[in-house]
Amino acid sequence: MKRLLAGLLLLLAGGTASAAALEVRSFDDPDQQARYEKLVKELRCLVCQNQSLADSDADLAQDLRDEVFRIIQSGRSDAEAVDFLVSRYGDFVLYRPAVKPLTILLWAGPALLFALAGGMAWRQYAKRRTAGEEAPLSPAERARLERLKKSSADDDA
Amino acid sequence: MTRAVPLLVFFVVMIFLGIGLTLDPRQVPSPLIGKPAPALHLPEVADAAKTLDIAQLRGQVFLLNVWASWCASCRQEHPVLLELAKRNLVPIYGLNYKDERAAALAWLKFFGGDPYTASGFDADGKTGLDWGVYGVPETFVVDKRGLIRHKHTGPLTPAALEKDLLPLIRTLQAEAAP
Repeated sequence: MKRLLAGLLLLLAGGTASAAALEVRSFDDPDQQARYEKLVKELRCLVCQNQSLADSDADLAQDLRDEVFRIIQSGRSDAEAVDFLVSRYGDFVLYRPAVKPLTILLWAGPALLFALAGGMAWRQYAKRRTAGEEAPLSPAERARLERLKKSSADDDA
Repeated sequence: MTRAVPLLVFFVVMIFLGIGLTLDPRQVPSPLIGKPAPALHLPEVADAAKTLDIAQLRGQVFLLNVWASWCASCRQEHPVLLELAKRNLVPIYGLNYKDERAAALAWLKFFGGDPYTASGFDADGKTGLDWGVYGVPETFVVDKRGLIRHKHTGPLTPAALEKDLLPLIRTLQAEAAP
């Protein structure tokens, strides 16, 4: 059992070591460094599609990080780095795509769904409340109730 | 009626999920469709002294196929390209992406020949990057005006060729040269 556990731990250690094989890039300017690091986290790798450029170990991600590095280091803006990628690979590379007709459903979708679900829940709630309310008794029913009360009072006596 | 609503929602969700299953997440639409083809000015694979410059191909429809000797699915695609080259319908140019010259030439020899009129040697992948290459093999259709009209990501199959590429190529070849 102990041996098995030790083996498993070794496996885990190996896994983390190989995942952290990305190159280190340093800028002279800490501001540029911060911009670079923020950008590569927000850009998506096309090979491992659910990883950002920062996370991916794919060859292409490395090349794209190179390009972003070069653009930032040469003093150009974040927007220029993003444009470089979008003009070649499309909005797909953006984890936060621009709001435009093509992406509006993506942005408004969650709010729409929430409103829809909220509306349905409210209708259910309102219906249940009116159903639970007691209708007032008609005069005939009231008379019958009185009679019943009286007869049970007589029984008790 | 209200009891049918959850069922209705369920079916709508199922339809969307069903459509989602038929889509290939690896197919990312290229923003280059309809735009001028990026520059491709590279030494040729077969002869470093020669240069392939697609700017000189203006006025003809051609295919640009991105390939590499390290690319496993290129092997699967290669016979399709060889067959297409034999039919002489459209010139096929190659972009040899992040490869080594000797390996590329040996690969062509080993897998039955060279279907390319010429292949550009893109060792550092810079030209590939400009073309938005992300999954070799890829095939672009470029028209007479030098615009990219279609992109096929992944290995070309005879079916894709007959159904998508060849009809488009015929249409484009019928267009007047600029």
